Formats: sequence, C-alpha cells, structure tokens
Amino acid sequence: MRDKTSFWIIFVFLAPALSAIFFFFIVPVISAFLISFTDFDIYTLGDFRRLRFIGFENYIKLFQDELFYKALVNTFYFVLVGGPLSILVSLSTALLLNSQLTKFKKVFRTIYFLPVVTTIVAVAIVWRYLYHPRFGYLNYILSLFGINPVDWLGDPVYAMPAIIILAVWKNFGYNMILFIAGLQNIPSELYEAAELDGASSWFKFKSITLPLLAPTTFFTSIMTMIGYFQLFAEPYVMTQGGPLNSTLSIVLYMYQEGFRWWNISYSVSIAFVLFVIILIGTIIQFRYEKRIHY
Amino acid sequence: MKSEFIIKKVFINFLATLIALLTLIPFVWMISASFMKTGECAKFPPRLFPSEFDFSHYKFLFQNLEMTRHFINSLLVAILVTTISLLFNSMSAYAFAKLRFGIKDKLFRFLLSLMIIPGQVTMLPLFLMLKEMGFINTYLGIIIPGMASVFGIFMLRQFMMSIPDSLIDAARIDGASDFRIFFTIILPLSRSILITLGIFTFIGTWNDFLWPLIVMTDSSMYTLPVALANLMGEHTQDTELMMAGSVITVIPIVILFALVQKYYISGILIGSVKE
Repeated sequence: MRDKTSFWIIFVFLAPALSAIFFFFIVPVISAFLISFTDFDIYTLGDFRRLRFIGFENYIKLFQDELFYKALVNTFYFVLVGGPLSILVSLSTALLLNSQLTKFKKVFRTIYFLPVVTTIVAVAIVWRYLYHPRFGYLNYILSLFGINPVDWLGDPVYAMPAIIILAVWKNFGYNMILFIAGLQNIPSELYEAAELDGASSWFKFKSITLPLLAPTTFFTSIMTMIGYFQLFAEPYVMTQGGPLNSTLSIVLYMYQEGFRWWNISYSVSIAFVLFVIILIGTIIQFRYEKRIHY
Repeated sequence: MKSEFIIKKVFINFLATLIALLTLIPFVWMISASFMKTGECAKFPPRLFPSEFDFSHYKFLFQNLEMTRHFINSLLVAILVTTISLLFNSMSAYAFAKLRFGIKDKLFRFLLSLMIIPGQVTMLPLFLMLKEMGFINTYLGIIIPGMASVFGIFMLRQFMMSIPDSLIDAARIDGASDFRIFFTIILPLSRSILITLGIFTFIGTWNDFLWPLIVMTDSSMYTLPVALANLMGEHTQDTELMMAGSVITVIPIVILFALVQKYYISGILIGSVKE
C-alpha cells in the first residue's frame, strides 16, 4: 500500500477548487449571516462607520412585514401544490413510457424532456403570450370546449396556478427520467408472481410499484422542493410579483429589497429565512423517509 | 380479450401523443410567431402558422438591438465557466478519490453539507466583494463564482473511485508523478463523465438568470436571458419580436441537447446516486 501523499501535492490538487468555494461561497455565507444582524443599507455603502449591530431586529421586522408574509404564503402555495403535481405528472409519464404497449418510446422521451433544457426566461415569455386573455392560445383552446376566457396573469386567483402550470410543463421531464430508471430496477418476477395470484393492475401498482419506487420518490421530492422554494424567474418575467402581489415569491422579494432598494441587511435576512425553511423541509422529508423505507 | 388489448394499446399511444403535443405546442407557436408579421399575433382566433414568412424581427434584433453581442456574451461566459470548473473540479475530485490524507472524509462530508445552502444567501455579500474587486459588469463577475462546484466535485469523484488503483500504482512504479498520472491516465479515462458534467455546466450557465441579472449592469454586457427580460420591458406589445428573441435564446441549447442527449440523461442518473 502507498504511503500518504505529500502535503504539497494534495494542496496543489485541492487548492484551486477549494479556495474558490471558500472565498466565493463560504465567506459570503458567513458574511451574510453577520450582516443580517446589522443595519447595513445603501448609506452604509458610502460610509462604513455608519454600520451598527442591531441583533435580531431584521428578523423581528420580517415577521411583522405583511409583504414578506404574503411572499411566504405564495411560495408555500407554489411548493405544496406545484411540487406534488410535478411529481405526479413525472410518475404518470414514466409509467406511460415504461409500458410495453407504448410505441416510439425514445421519441416521446426526448419530446417530454425538451422543456427541461430550455431557458426559463425565454419560455416564461412564450407562456406569457400563451396566457394572453384575448389572443392567447390557451384561452382559444379552452373556448373550443365552451370555457369562458380566463385572465390568467391578470387575476390574483389564477396567476399562481398559471405559474404552476408553466413550472410543471418545464420540469416534469427531469424527474420522469429518474422514475423510468427506478421502474426498470423493479424485478419483473415480482409482477409475474402477483399475476399468478390474480392480482389486479391497481393492486400491483399499489403494493409493488409504489413501495419499490419509494427511494426515487423521496429523492425527487427533496430536489423538487428545494428547487421550487427558489422560485424567481417566472414571476419576474411574467407578473413582476403581481397582480396584487399574488405571485410575489421569497426570492423575488429578496431581490427587490436587496438589489432594487439596497436594504442589504434586510434582504440578506430574507435569504437566511429561505435557507432555514429549506433546511427544515429537508429534515422533515428525511424523517418521513425513515418511516416508509422498506 | 384480444380486442380489449388493442383498445388499451390505442388508448395508451393516444395519451402519449397528446402529452407530446401539449409539450410541443409552446415551441411550435414560439417559432411560428417569430416569423409572423407585426400584429399578426394580436388577432382572434389565434393562428398557429404565419400567413407568410417575415424575417424582419430577426433582422431588427441583430441590427438594432445588439443581439450578436448578447449571443457572444452568453457563449463566452458558458465556455469559460465550463472549461475552468471542469479543470478545478476534476483536480480536487482526483484528490478525494485517489490520494490519501488524514482529513479527507471529514472534508468531503463538509463540502457535501454545503449543498443544502441555497445560492441566494451568498448573493449580496458576493456582489459587494466583487464590486470592491472591480469585477461587477465584467465576464469575471460571472466566471469567478462558477469556477468550482460541490456537485461537480461529487460527480467526478464518484466516477474516479471506479478507476482501478492498480493502474495508478503501475504508473507510479514507472516513476510517473501525480500530475502526470492525473493528466495522462485519470483525465482520459474520465472522458465520458467530463463530457456529461461539461454539458450540464454549459447549459446551466447559458440558462442562468438571477446572477447575471445582478452582475451585469451595462446592457452591452447582458447575457441572452437578461437581454431578453430587459427587452420584455420595452417591447411588451411586440409579440413577434419577443418570440424571435426567445428562439435565438432557446434553439442553440435545444440543438446542443439533441446532439448530446445520451450524456445528459446518464448524467441525471449519476447525479441522483446517493452516498
């Protein structure tokens, strides 16, 4: 067996990436944490002597801020409705593409996956026009079924559902690939044995497919949740957070406070609350996974 | 029994086709609207195809709105981030996979734990830092934070662990240094994973929006997504022009994906492997 490699060789191999991560990720995270306890704002930028330590004041202010509360509720709406819906569509399309009856599987897989690689800003713009109340294609299709035009992005009730539909369309292909791989890992003998016992399709799905897919479902749920909490480009491009702040998300609010009004310490506190929410969400899912793991 | 099977088969394939159509309609409409004459989109009922092909929106974008510049900005930044991060990530992945040192496992676990922190937390301090260093509104402002990534190191390490030690030991007995081993054995053997991660990084950087929006303050430095979002503010009513801009942003990435689909899909599966 080899001895330990000399310090300098290890240093040279690790230094480029690790120093980049240290200086441009870890240092900013620590600075952000410290800044969130100060009153760092646009005036501090001009004169650093104005910087004061103010304890938890930013966080206290946040929880009295109605707009932040609104952003929090909207983001949870997006995550809790859009997340499960995305997973459901991913799983359904994976089952569809895994069925022996389906033809041209590869072509369908490529088509379903296409939205995943596209630029979110560009597709959000395209969908903004598809959602147009008078000339949009969506309302036209709905009108063929006798449904009255919906003001998708102009009505506070429909704006978030509109963004969720776009998000599901854009993202389902990614988890679909993971589900297909998960389905192919299930031994076919299990299904054969169940068929011998005369099990129905639904029973097979419920007692073989779902339990054995649990690890995949767990992984995709966590990744989708983390991604969806960071909702930003869709409302930025399509609604600017409106109408009546019905699509204002946590990150959009953070961006506006930080980079439009330069309320730096306030904006950084918002980012930290986001971090804590994602952390708690992940811990909850891990706890839940332990209970259902086979 | 047999007719039931046929009905099932027809139904499933019909469903698959329907979903494919729903997935494709936004693309089809985007492309065809970009060739419509100004105002043709604002008609009822909406058309799916242009009455005649009009290239004037593309011409306008490239001649009057610096689209070439934005395209080059996007391309340059994506290529540089991809190249630099592949080199840096693979070097430390090699150390984590094949070199031996005391704190290796602890350090690696610490790195992995960083993945839970959303990037938004770093943005304001990072912006202020880069501003002090004079990198705001430069390519370096995007490249510097993208030089290394924990996810990239993780993916490459997983792959490099599967390279047999005997290969490395044999080279070492022949007197090869670690650098030589890295460049002549490890990197060539990691070709497929490097391509996969490279495509991930390239597409991710090309599509990235929030950070370029923050860093690039001058319109000549905008990447395509930022330029497009900005254009949206000024030309909201000009649907056909906006669609042409979207086509220019989306189509290169769709073509790239079509060419390297195999690597991209396998990358998703590698990235999902739990420790």
